[in-house]
Amino acid sequence: MSLVNDDIAPVGSTRRSWRAQLRGGSVLLCVGLLMLAIMIVTTVLAPWIVPYDPSASIGMPLSPPNAEHLLGTDVIGRDILSRLISGGRTTLLITGIAVSLALVAGLILGLLSGYLGGIVDETIMRILDVVFAFPVFLLAIAVVAALGPTIPNLIITIAIVYTPAMARVVRGPVLSVKQWDHVEAARSIGVGDVRIVSRHILPIVASPVVVETSLTLAQTIFTVTALSFLGLGPPPPDPNWGGMLAESRQFMELAPITVIAPAGAIVFATMTFIILANGLREFLNVSTRR
Amino acid sequence: MSAGTPLLSVRDLTARIATHHEIVEAVRGVSFDVAPGEAVGFVGESGCGKSVTARAIMRLAAEGTDVRLDGKILFKGRDLLTLSDREMGKMRGRQIAMVFQDPMTSLNPVMTVGAQIDDVLRRHTDLYGRAVRARSIELLDAVGVPDPARRADDHPHQFSGGQRQRILIAIAIACDPDLLIADEPTTALDVTVQAQILRLLMRLREERGMSLLLITHDFGVVAGMVEKVNVMYRGEIVETGDVDTLLSKPQHEYTKSLLAAVPRIRVAGAIS
Amino acid sequence: MSETVMPAAQPEGPVLEVSDLTVTFPGLHGGATVTAVDRASFVIGRGETLGLVGQSGSGKTTTGRAVLQLQKVTSGSVRLLGRELVGMGRKPLREMRRHMQFVQQNPYSSLHPRLTIGRILSEPLEVHRTVSRARIRERIVELLELVNMDPKVVDRYPHEFSGGQRQRIVIARALAVNPDFVVCDEAVSALDVRTQAQIVTLLQGLQERLGLSYLFVAHDLAIVREMAHRVAVMYSGQIVELGPSAAVYDSPGHAYTRLLLDSIPVPDPAIQRLRLRNPLPDVRFVDSNPGPCAHAEDHATTGTAPMHMIGPDHCVSCRFQPQPR
Repeated sequence: MSLVNDDIAPVGSTRRSWRAQLRGGSVLLCVGLLMLAIMIVTTVLAPWIVPYDPSASIGMPLSPPNAEHLLGTDVIGRDILSRLISGGRTTLLITGIAVSLALVAGLILGLLSGYLGGIVDETIMRILDVVFAFPVFLLAIAVVAALGPTIPNLIITIAIVYTPAMARVVRGPVLSVKQWDHVEAARSIGVGDVRIVSRHILPIVASPVVVETSLTLAQTIFTVTALSFLGLGPPPPDPNWGGMLAESRQFMELAPITVIAPAGAIVFATMTFIILANGLREFLNVSTRR
Repeated sequence: MSAGTPLLSVRDLTARIATHHEIVEAVRGVSFDVAPGEAVGFVGESGCGKSVTARAIMRLAAEGTDVRLDGKILFKGRDLLTLSDREMGKMRGRQIAMVFQDPMTSLNPVMTVGAQIDDVLRRHTDLYGRAVRARSIELLDAVGVPDPARRADDHPHQFSGGQRQRILIAIAIACDPDLLIADEPTTALDVTVQAQILRLLMRLREERGMSLLLITHDFGVVAGMVEKVNVMYRGEIVETGDVDTLLSKPQHEYTKSLLAAVPRIRVAGAIS
Repeated sequence: MSETVMPAAQPEGPVLEVSDLTVTFPGLHGGATVTAVDRASFVIGRGETLGLVGQSGSGKTTTGRAVLQLQKVTSGSVRLLGRELVGMGRKPLREMRRHMQFVQQNPYSSLHPRLTIGRILSEPLEVHRTVSRARIRERIVELLELVNMDPKVVDRYPHEFSGGQRQRIVIARALAVNPDFVVCDEAVSALDVRTQAQIVTLLQGLQERLGLSYLFVAHDLAIVREMAHRVAVMYSGQIVELGPSAAVYDSPGHAYTRLLLDSIPVPDPAIQRLRLRNPLPDVRFVDSNPGPCAHAEDHATTGTAPMHMIGPDHCVSCRFQPQPR
């Protein structure tokens, strides 16, 4: 029986250059990567590019945007632009580390669960179900409230909260890929389990995981800022986006920029990862065509 | 055998396929005729353009490809390539129907098979109300699905591969088309099931006086089924002739090599 | 089932001995268990090919996978080079895999899509350490030449090759560790007719050169005839006929074998037209499907006939075939 459905004679190499793939439709990915680059550069260079000390009162309170203070000043006269850049550093650092931890934990649990199956799978998934059953936000509030609002606590909490989702994203494709022919071929050759997982399964399941990670980053930024808004974020006077929003919301009418600036930053960061996720989904789907 | 004008007359058909990254001339200058009631076979290896030719007549393209067609496809004297999409839509299913290789993916998994035949009948015929289902059951009976009245309410997964292919054939012949195109209709099936499906196609063709275009890679499949054979290689017809002559005295080197590659099984005494 | 333990690895003994191999699957949704392979027994000698034919769902693929211990065996015995594989521990089994290899049906899915040919071929060598690291590259070149491929392809990816070329690579991978026995599961079914012929020739040549034994599982009887020295015909999980290819094809003893042979379309219009005029018989063959068999015997009540000899090395499960003298 012929498994070849498309009746097209292959001419030359069917491998495509990265450039061709990018041309092939991923405007989204390019935009996402550009936005990500802007964020990373500002975050990394934050200490050198902030115009003023973000924690010092150096001007008139609540002054509107002007030549000296591009985004104006907040209620105690601190430069909003400096606070925005510096606060972004904190927010993105927490997000980045937390999601990385969740990714590692999710990968390990998801691979174990999906590959071994049976009782191991049952146990892992039931435990994760319990964590998963709580609303993310409620769980985060409970843990941070219990452990205290320090940056490490915040990171651990968020990592725990997002681990089940990551594990699920990994487990699903593993369940199907482990039955694919090339995995069976590896097993018939005598390849050990560790190598089967790392070499024959992981690279295949990587694409959905990458996409999901990007989406989780978007959600996490939101969660981090929301927790900070509620006062469960990094303690003052270090700036962070959620905290800035909370401090300024009563002056919203007096000086709208105090709220618009951090809100805009949050939207920008969240959008970055959502756009990136969609771009990656498009891009990886194309390149994973078998 | 064929008197007067052919039912289908393809002239200088060229198909260029644009995939994501390249353009392939899958069919180059193909011309052939199919007379009313005649059966014509297309034989070749995968990639030779035989399926693209078949799809071209239906003005269909394989998933994810963009096909540009040049030349003429005259069906009852009208050039199908000049028809509007709407006119072509009326042509498909009603006058020209197609059966594909894979009976699993060609049926809608969430609809009962009866409903799928009903749909075709409602779209292409004047039947309405109870007459539709009655006709569907008749069709299932005609293609040899046992207990058709009851099985019409089953879903595709409740049927075996061979029965699914029968159902697809029922859908294809629902509107009494003048031309049935069968693209590797038995390739995915077991040999005994293949033998049954070939018998079915043979019987239907005779009963209904349809023309048949049979696309296959297997000379054995065309042998008893068609009058004329076209052998395709790299997008072109390299040899054409009536089936008895072509199989006993192949002229083109490619045809010879294809026939030589068919493993021979002793057939003496095997005719039951 | 219970067999006397034989001394290990007699050089002149059969490469593979399978007796009463049975594989059952739990029924879906708590239904009755499904017996995919039912008391199958056969032996494969060194340098010999046993063809295993049958329709889809007959259990032939499961048999191949069960022999390789890729499928849990319910009961029965599989001995490779005199060593029992059923119930063997993970580690010794992984070592035994050096002696038995697998060529799957679909060359489009049996190669890792993201590994180069070189890395695909080096994997078995790394796992079994049959050659030193320094010699791996050299061995890969040898392997590619063995399957008539240009050794320059090592840095390319599977998707750059046609189905036939990929199947050559799969075969090269299977041969990397010098196995004694290879299961070919529909190894040429996904390929074009001419490519099929090339791969069959390749497999035969390799058998001659390397003394390989094959279990050649296929639904295509013509290909099996080309490949196999002996043929087993499987129906509904049971082997109903087993014998030398010439005997099974030319004087089939079982009605089912005859039905299969008669169904193959031959490129002869006169014969084919005649055949298509006659309806196919609708008959039953073994104990798991009730109804009259070709000899009007209902096997559901009488049971599947025991396998018995009807010619030299030619067994059949049919009570209407002559018993041995």
